[in-house]
Order: sequence, then structure tokens, then C-alpha cells
Amino acid sequence: MVEFFTETSIGQVLLILGQSLLLIVPLLVALAFLLLIDRKVWAAVQMRKGPNIVGPFGLLQSFADFLKYIVKEVVVPAGADRSVFFLAPMISFVMAVIAWAVIPFADGWVLADLNVALLYVFAVSSLEVYGVIMGGWASNSKYPFLGSLRSAAQMISYEVSIGLIIVGVIISTGSFNFGQIVAAQDGDFGLFNWYWLPHFPMLFLFLISAMAETNRPPFDLPEAESELVAGYQVEYSSTPFLLFMIGEYVAIVLMCALVSLLFFGGWLSPIPGLPDGVLWMVLKMFFVFFIFAMVKAITPRYRYDQLMRLGWKVFLPLSLAWVVIVSFLAKFEVLGGFWARWTLGV
Amino acid sequence: MELLLAEYLPILIFLGLAVALGAILILAAVVLAVRRPDPEKVSAYECGFNAFDDARMKFDVRFYLVSILFIIFDLEVAFLFPWAVAFGELSMLAFWSMMVFLAVLTIGFAYEWKKGALEWE
Repeated sequence: MVEFFTETSIGQVLLILGQSLLLIVPLLVALAFLLLIDRKVWAAVQMRKGPNIVGPFGLLQSFADFLKYIVKEVVVPAGADRSVFFLAPMISFVMAVIAWAVIPFADGWVLADLNVALLYVFAVSSLEVYGVIMGGWASNSKYPFLGSLRSAAQMISYEVSIGLIIVGVIISTGSFNFGQIVAAQDGDFGLFNWYWLPHFPMLFLFLISAMAETNRPPFDLPEAESELVAGYQVEYSSTPFLLFMIGEYVAIVLMCALVSLLFFGGWLSPIPGLPDGVLWMVLKMFFVFFIFAMVKAITPRYRYDQLMRLGWKVFLPLSLAWVVIVSFLAKFEVLGGFWARWTLGV
Repeated sequence: MELLLAEYLPILIFLGLAVALGAILILAAVVLAVRRPDPEKVSAYECGFNAFDDARMKFDVRFYLVSILFIIFDLEVAFLFPWAVAFGELSMLAFWSMMVFLAVLTIGFAYEWKKGALEWE
């Protein structure tokens, strides 16, 4: 261990630092435009124009918002626990961002090629709930406190189904590594080799759970304007609020990446013969994000008891049953390697 | 050991980068923005009322229940992970043991449901 720290050269560290910047900068810039797309889709569904003043078609809206956040006053409530109050948005932001370290965009295009990548993503995204709880508690205000309890309960409820759905995918692949999960979806039939077909019902469960997990509408209970004003974020202003918001959107885009990696074959081309590549991955993520944006625009918000009932009484039994079904289908190799890709020797 | 650490070094550096970015953003607002706190501005938001008392109050016990259920099922998921990774090499015994475990868990889940632990009204 000591040798490791003494022998790792500065050059190596700088290389990794460069790669990290190469990941985080495009991610945050893309996020700025995704935020705009989210608002534009929402506006289009409601027959509004959406942001259209800053830059052509409002393209620079997010950057203008960013500057506005930075010059706003940081208001800390009188009874707040100052250190926890500032730590909470940091945790939300950092935990959402570092999950990206293991997400590949094309074959080998990954910062840290862990063999437990999926487990790492699952673990890190679970930690985001601490940002919510700490933010609500530290504010020492009633709305944030109640809002954070509700958000935390919501996030952990849907995490269980997400975990069980992931188990189904792992049974089919036999690995946590995203490269191997995507490789297992490769085949002669293009998009019909991807996991959306064998794991068809779970694709929808995963999408819906991802929306609930990231507090997206129709499950945006934390932000229920009519009852809890803005949940755990009420007392936050300026960049601490911005960090919460970036964290939320980074987590949403992470879920889009997970959906495309786990169910839509990542960077594999849908049509046999066309080259695979990073373009497909980006297109798939964009497609999933568009679904998220459309769902936000066209669905009414859930009630809290409906949300918890859906999570515990519908999603949990369904995903648990699916784990059992998939393990039987894979164990007895029904339809050859349809559910048991390791038998195909990939 | 060294190989393992080398695999995780990028994550450590990435973590450092993310923390630095977050800290810079918060500090930027603290340094750049004008701060003029007054008692009204820094009082807790309560729809225009003065705050009645400390906000850290009693809350519904069902939140505890949800977190306990979460721990049980998340542990189960954590238990399933290694089993799922090794699925291709599992013997019939290993396969059926997990099925029995899941069956026991399902019985517990049905009991909770019957007892009304999952009810919100």
C-alpha cells in the first residue's frame, strides 16, 4: 500500500485528472442544454414558447441562470446548523457526479473500469439520500423537515425495486461490469439482442422507479408546490440551491445512461452492419431523457399514499417475482441463451 | 492489492475534482454576492407566520417502518448480488437455497402486508 502511494507517478495522476476533466466538463455543458430541452419540451406540450430570449432559441438560458445563481445572496436561516446546511448540497452534488466515473460511453471509454461498476453506481446513488435528509434537518424549518422525510422515504422505497431489477440483468450477464453487460447484448440481430426484449416488463418498472428515485414528476412529491412548497430545498438560495438542482439533473441523466446501458445495449448499433460507437450511446441517452421530459409534461402528480402503495405493493412484488422467474428461465436455459447470455460464450 | 488500488485511483481523483467544484461554487456565491441579513430574512419560512417553535419535532412512526423495511429488502438485494454474478457456475443446491431464502422472505413480506405495515392513508 505504501509502495502504491510512493510509486504512482505525478504524470499518471495528471493523466487521470485530464480524463476526469474530459468527463465532467462535457457532462455539465450537456446538462445545461438538457435543462433547456426539458423546459422546451414542457413548454411545447403546453403550447408555450419556453425560454427564448437569451441567445438564439434561448440556447444560452441555462448559462444565464447559472450566472444569476452565483450573484444571488446566500441566506442561511437563523436556527440552521451552518456546517450541515452547506454540507447537504455538496453531498447531493458530489454523490450524483462521482457515479459517472464508471459509466462507459463507448468500448473502453471509461474513467475507472471497475469489475463492480454497477454495484458502485447503486451504492453511490443510494448515498444521495443523505443530502436530502441533511438539507431538511439542517434548515430547522418545518416545510424542509417534513419534505425531506417524505423525499427520503420515497427514494429508499424505489431503490429496492431498482436493486431487484438490476439483479435480473446481472443474472443474465454474470458480471457487474458495464463493458461486459453491453458485450452480452451484442449479437446478430441488432436491437433484438438487447435486454429490453428478455427483460421487457422490467424496462418499464426501471423507468418508472428511476423517475421516483430521482424525484422527477409525476413523483416530484418533494417539490409539491401546493403542500410542501419546495420540500427540503425551501431555505436554500443561490449556489447551494444550484448544487441541489445540478445534483438532481446529473442523477436523472445517470438514470438515462443506466437505462441505455442495461436495456438498450449501450453503444451497440441497433441495425446489424452499422458501426457501434459513442454516437449510439448519446442518442439512446437522449431518447430516454426525452421520455423523462414528456412524462413530466403530460402526467399529473401522484398523491403520497399512492406513491408508497405503488412502490411497496406493486413494484416490489413484481420485481421480486421477476428475479425468481428470470433465475428459473436462466437456470434451465429456456430458449437457449435468451436469458442466460453466458452460455453463448460472450 | 496494488492493482486494486490502481483501479480505484481515478475514482478518488474524480471525487476530489467533484468536491473542489462544489466548494468553488458555494464559495463563489459567498464571496461575490452581497450579504445583508436581517431578522425577517433569516427567519424560517412558514407561509408568512413567525415560526412557532423548533422545527425538529415528532414525526410519523411510519417513516421508521419504511426505513426498517428498506434495510431488510436492501440487505436481501445485497445478498442476491454475489449469487447473481456467479449464476452461471451455481450448483442446483445453491440455486434452490436462494429460492428457499426468497420464499421465506416473501412469507415475511406477505405478513407485513397483512398486518398493514404498508398502509398509508
